[in-house]
Amino acid sequence: MARILSILVGLFFTVALLWSFGNGFYTWAIDPAAETAEEVFHKHPEAHHFSFDGPFGTFDHQQLQRGFQVYQQVCAACHALKHVAFRDLAQLGYNDAEVKAIAAQFQVPKYDAATGEVTTNPGAPTDYFPPVAYAGQGSPPDLSLVVKARHGGAQYVRSLLTGYTDQPAALLKEFPDSKTPDGLYYNPYFANLNLAMPPPLVDDAVTYSDGTPATTAQEATDVAAFLAWAAEPTMDKRKQTGWPILGFLLFATILGYMSYRNIWANKKH
Amino acid sequence: MSFPWAKEYTPAHPFMKWMDERLPIPRLVYNAVGGGYEVPRNLNYFWNFGFLAGLCLVIQIVTGIVMAMHYAANSAVAFDTIEMTVRDVNWGWLMRYAHANGASAFFVVIYVHIFRGFYFGSYKAPREMVWLLGVVIFLLMMATAFMGYVLPWGQMSFWGAKVITGLFSAIPLVGEPLQQWLLGGFAPDNAALNRFFSLHYLLPFVILGVVILHIWALHIPGSSNPTGVEVKSESDTVPFYPYYVAKDGWAIGVFAILYCAFVFFAPNYFGHPDNYIPANPMSTPAHIVPEWYFWPFYAILRAFTQNFFFIPAKLMGVLAMFGAILVWFFLPWLDKSPIRSASYRPVYKAFFVVLCLDMLVLFYCGGAEAKEPYVMISQIAAMYYFAHFLIILPIVSAIEKPKPLPYSITEAVLGKDDAARLEPSA
Repeated sequence: MARILSILVGLFFTVALLWSFGNGFYTWAIDPAAETAEEVFHKHPEAHHFSFDGPFGTFDHQQLQRGFQVYQQVCAACHALKHVAFRDLAQLGYNDAEVKAIAAQFQVPKYDAATGEVTTNPGAPTDYFPPVAYAGQGSPPDLSLVVKARHGGAQYVRSLLTGYTDQPAALLKEFPDSKTPDGLYYNPYFANLNLAMPPPLVDDAVTYSDGTPATTAQEATDVAAFLAWAAEPTMDKRKQTGWPILGFLLFATILGYMSYRNIWANKKH
Repeated sequence: MSFPWAKEYTPAHPFMKWMDERLPIPRLVYNAVGGGYEVPRNLNYFWNFGFLAGLCLVIQIVTGIVMAMHYAANSAVAFDTIEMTVRDVNWGWLMRYAHANGASAFFVVIYVHIFRGFYFGSYKAPREMVWLLGVVIFLLMMATAFMGYVLPWGQMSFWGAKVITGLFSAIPLVGEPLQQWLLGGFAPDNAALNRFFSLHYLLPFVILGVVILHIWALHIPGSSNPTGVEVKSESDTVPFYPYYVAKDGWAIGVFAILYCAFVFFAPNYFGHPDNYIPANPMSTPAHIVPEWYFWPFYAILRAFTQNFFFIPAKLMGVLAMFGAILVWFFLPWLDKSPIRSASYRPVYKAFFVVLCLDMLVLFYCGGAEAKEPYVMISQIAAMYYFAHFLIILPIVSAIEKPKPLPYSITEAVLGKDDAARLEPSA
């Protein structure tokens, strides 16, 4: 009796699934969903080796300083960095005086709850990067976590910043309705191919103090590295901590295995 | 509660004797995981995963309590408090990554533990209660993990919560009001976040309680073993201490190495990038997926795309998703074969292998986008899933001809058992 009941319940689910499958198969065979422009023309980030890739990788402080320069002089016009404090910049190799000087270049609003007034003062090292007032089209995301918040991480950021092109003729031929709307810019690395951010980087957009030629690709690589640091300032420490722990665990596991062999030596199992 | 040859606890020190007469905790420990618990000598490495699951629970509770010290369950600041913990709290990043990856490790271990049970028939008499409590633990784990994933209040937190709590609206008549009552609003917001946090803190201790019952129920008949043949004599068993303490000990080492490799070198591997974007009710992610350990069941939920007679597709999906786990409760009575281990059940063993592959297919489809051909593949895989438990198992267990069993564990291990000569084997 129980057996018949269970078979009936099983048939209920399998037949319902068969019904869904049959309908889906029919639709798929008769009228398959057409490919979209995004599916055909979206590109995965270009491979690039960063100094911080892999379990032994560490941040290149010189590169992070260059990247910060690009952020400060280009990106910061529209994008905030709210989870990062100025004091964190000491990790890039700046000394206390330099951190103070950088902080003072930013205007930080402070709300006084007693008077209800907002005063704006030059930043101190203890302040976080201030919000950015933006009045243009689209909504520039905060960049503190952008490297962790996108598939492909720093490679994605680098590819996006260097990936602006004209819309391919093949795309317009295949998908005449997918012309990039006015005010948007075509970029195959962006999920839906058109984004509101104009190409932000050009050659010599900044002048690097260490003499590195400021090509667009160099700027994009440096700022992607800086944003990877901003997304996880503790990454170097994390990897440095990991190795001795793995070493200890390996040692302890070998000891554990030897004691296991020893204890079971005379016990066939 | 134990075999007659199990050693009895004899306190050596006067203090332990004093203690034993008043509150015999040392005796309890001795009989549970010490020299007083006799265990089959032939357990393979799949039997280490129960111990590892207990370890995962402890890791989650310890790291979780520390996380809760720095977390604020308020939808305005929840995301920021997690970032603050990771960036500015001493070793906060370690606690966060250990907790997030600890959840994944827990599910890896528990899936192996459950499938160990499927293969070796661990759910069969006299261990039905062990199995039932285990399924309860699994359900509690899923609830806890789901609510924990909502707490960082990222995009996947919010939209995952919206999709999963939206399932309640599939219930006829009372669905919508029930969903609003459970959420404390029309969509997940501060009220939902607070109750999720409260329950996320509570449920692990409920799990701990059920784990104690699970182990208690296990220790009544004692552990099963890879042959499925019950313990017959002293030569079949070894005391838990030192034999299985040593074996679990080095298994913990291997587990810890793999776990730490993820925590320190690929901490975001199991996560989804979208959850580093703060929750935004106005912007739906292109591709909403739950955490990886829900993918097989998420695939079953989405496999129902058509109304079935008068039952809406969504309700069918919800019934099937919960049914896919609830069916495990009935396993001891669906599979009535008296033979426990699949090693002696050639037909069942073949279907078990298909079930494993089927779960992997469902896993893959659950993580993929909801489009063809993944939906059709998941429909076929889900059909097999239900057919396996509800149709195939009852029939196979009735008609299968098993291979001959060894007389005893001792015979299986040593090739002969002197006791076997005394009584003719069946």
